[in-house]
Amino acid sequence: MIDWGAIFSNAAVELISPTTAAYALAALGLAVHFGYTGLLNFGQAGFMALGAYGYAISILTFGFPVWGAVLVGIGASVVFALILGIPTLRLRADYLAIVTIAAAEIVRLLFTTNSFASVTGSANGLSGYKLGFAALNPIPEGTYGFGPFENNAYDWWLRIVAWSVVVLVALFIWQVMRSPWGRVIKGIREDEDAVRALGKNVYAYKMQSLILGGVFGTMAGMIFALPRAVVPSNYQTSLTFFIYAILLLGGAATILGPIIGSMIFWVLLSFFSGFIARAVEAGWLPFMTNVQAGQLRFILVGVAIMLIVIFRPQGIFGNKKELAFVH
Amino acid sequence: MNSTGIAHRFSPRMLVVFFGVLLAALTLSTLAISPAHADEINTDKYDYVLTGNAQFDGEPLDGVLITVTGGGYEAEVKTGVDGKWKIGVPEKGTYKVILDEETLPEGVVVTKGGAELTAEFGLTKVKSVNFFLGEGVRTTVPFFDQFLSQFVNGLNFGLLLALAAIGLSLIFGTTGLSNFAHSEMITFGALMTLAFSGLGLPIWLAIILAIVLSGALGWGLDATIWKPLRRKGVGLVQLMIVSIGLSLAMRYTYQYFIGGSTSQLPGAGQADLKFGAVRISPIDLASMGISIVVLLAVSYFLLRTRLGKATRAVSDNPSLASASGIDVDGVIRIVWIVGGALAGLSGVLWAYFRPGVSWDMGFQILLLVFAAVTLGGLGTAFGALIGSIIVGLFVELSTLWIPSDMKYVGALVVLILVLLLRPQGILGRKERIG
Repeated sequence: MIDWGAIFSNAAVELISPTTAAYALAALGLAVHFGYTGLLNFGQAGFMALGAYGYAISILTFGFPVWGAVLVGIGASVVFALILGIPTLRLRADYLAIVTIAAAEIVRLLFTTNSFASVTGSANGLSGYKLGFAALNPIPEGTYGFGPFENNAYDWWLRIVAWSVVVLVALFIWQVMRSPWGRVIKGIREDEDAVRALGKNVYAYKMQSLILGGVFGTMAGMIFALPRAVVPSNYQTSLTFFIYAILLLGGAATILGPIIGSMIFWVLLSFFSGFIARAVEAGWLPFMTNVQAGQLRFILVGVAIMLIVIFRPQGIFGNKKELAFVH
Repeated sequence: MNSTGIAHRFSPRMLVVFFGVLLAALTLSTLAISPAHADEINTDKYDYVLTGNAQFDGEPLDGVLITVTGGGYEAEVKTGVDGKWKIGVPEKGTYKVILDEETLPEGVVVTKGGAELTAEFGLTKVKSVNFFLGEGVRTTVPFFDQFLSQFVNGLNFGLLLALAAIGLSLIFGTTGLSNFAHSEMITFGALMTLAFSGLGLPIWLAIILAIVLSGALGWGLDATIWKPLRRKGVGLVQLMIVSIGLSLAMRYTYQYFIGGSTSQLPGAGQADLKFGAVRISPIDLASMGISIVVLLAVSYFLLRTRLGKATRAVSDNPSLASASGIDVDGVIRIVWIVGGALAGLSGVLWAYFRPGVSWDMGFQILLLVFAAVTLGGLGTAFGALIGSIIVGLFVELSTLWIPSDMKYVGALVVLILVLLLRPQGILGRKERIG
């Protein structure tokens, strides 16, 4: 018999898990790039990797405090955005796509290679950088919460910090997109030449947007690294594609879209994998092994991306008039 | 390959850092979720274990790279600080165990038996494999000879990239689509060859059938997805994201059916022939020959036939071509069929070059194909050819100076540099990039 209770509670755990928060934050960064500015950044995984490695290496190799490690990660991503932006922001959109995807792979390969294994841990990655973050925890020891939301003090601390960052970033983007700066950014998405004709330096605005969204991606990378180890294979191109799936699901040029999109994505994914895995165990799907059941969800994500983009390009919360797709 | 200079060593200071990190990792591992063991792989996954101990003069050697291959399974591991390594293997079979001499400290070599041993399980589930290490100097190949043989390798790689890149470039030129699912069309050719040769067909017939099916796949994708979307007037960025979704879905569908392992096509891994300093296998020679013949045929098609001229016309200006009475949809259909068949062939050659067929093999070179197309100039078929050969040569020749696990980094950095200096690519025209 299938244990429905376990499937539902495992799915509910994902609703507020730090991973969901990290994906929501990365998707918010991508919303700044793609949804609001119309920049096709396919290198969000690279920004996340820089955040995770910047944080972990600062602490493990250089013994930085938590705030210093955070700053190192953010600094690395600003430099990365400048390197990406300078050659490509003057070119057509698909060039930025190819360069960002290539740059993210370069970052991942540099973290994977054996040449820097003493610092990066090569393919095995890094762990053991969480002590500083745990020491900041004001919550007394013990378990809190109920049902699927029962966690120990460290896990609650992590969730509170992660979701606070998400909320603050969301409020910031909401405000900044209502400001004159935000109107220029949205103008660039709609008609770059018109904005240029108004005397705005489109290149500089695009660069600012690239840096801003990249910094959010980097912060997402740090949150992503806190509940697990930093392993380079986590930062493959598929990570970027998953974040795109979340963004498109929620709505590209929205604030709530990436957040709710991430929750829906992870809850559905967890529910689906839990259900399929147990259905295989119960013998309902005799043609499938457990390993194959795990791959089914990636196939589904791919198909979902295609269907959303074709049939509901504005996503759940989006407005059809505000599409980055027009060009 | 590169036997001098760049061998990976730990300097004393790096060692201190390494131990520091290790110590920190150990003391902090109460919080870590899964402490990574550098010296064990797949031992909890499989019952059978190969194990060994790398020592020199009683001193354990760490960071020595050991690779195990056999029965389509491959795994590698580095020895731990105690010099020990363990690799789990899926079945009780015969495995090749290779020690990477590059990772030994300076002055240490494998003295007896060679760096490649064969291990067979006896009555127990654990088999120990040990290499005889001793003092000595590795024989080095003269630099020029290394250069020459990497040059030939790079040419071979570039030619097989070109097959895929021309298809990608033609599709981009005629439809404006940056097709991220091209990698799965590459994988498809290799998979079909594997399937047909598995049915007992001779390899040449399997390859021909696979290429025909790859062409059919190209036609099918155009007919079922891309043509309706063009009709619907879906934007180019949307199309690109659809192709990313398609790529993800197809890739994991392959993995669903063939799993994560690597299988060899018949005839792979033949002994090398020697031409002076260059060692090359008959398969590589055949691969280069086939690539050159096919590329010449494609050039003839594009330059001399009516259909080829029509293709270039559509690539140049679709509305003008349409107004001149060219059947644009027909041309696009042909381009997808040709592009699919070329990608399939490229996949077969890539399977022999790597060597091996796996579910994500196409995706591994997708970025290089994109780099080649961008280098040559998006949408120009001959630019794609030149770009591919440059990328192929660059990737293989760069291993003379940088570690081979970073060889793709060089090619991707060059891509970014070219965009900085000459964004339209080598053969591209300026107005395409605005």
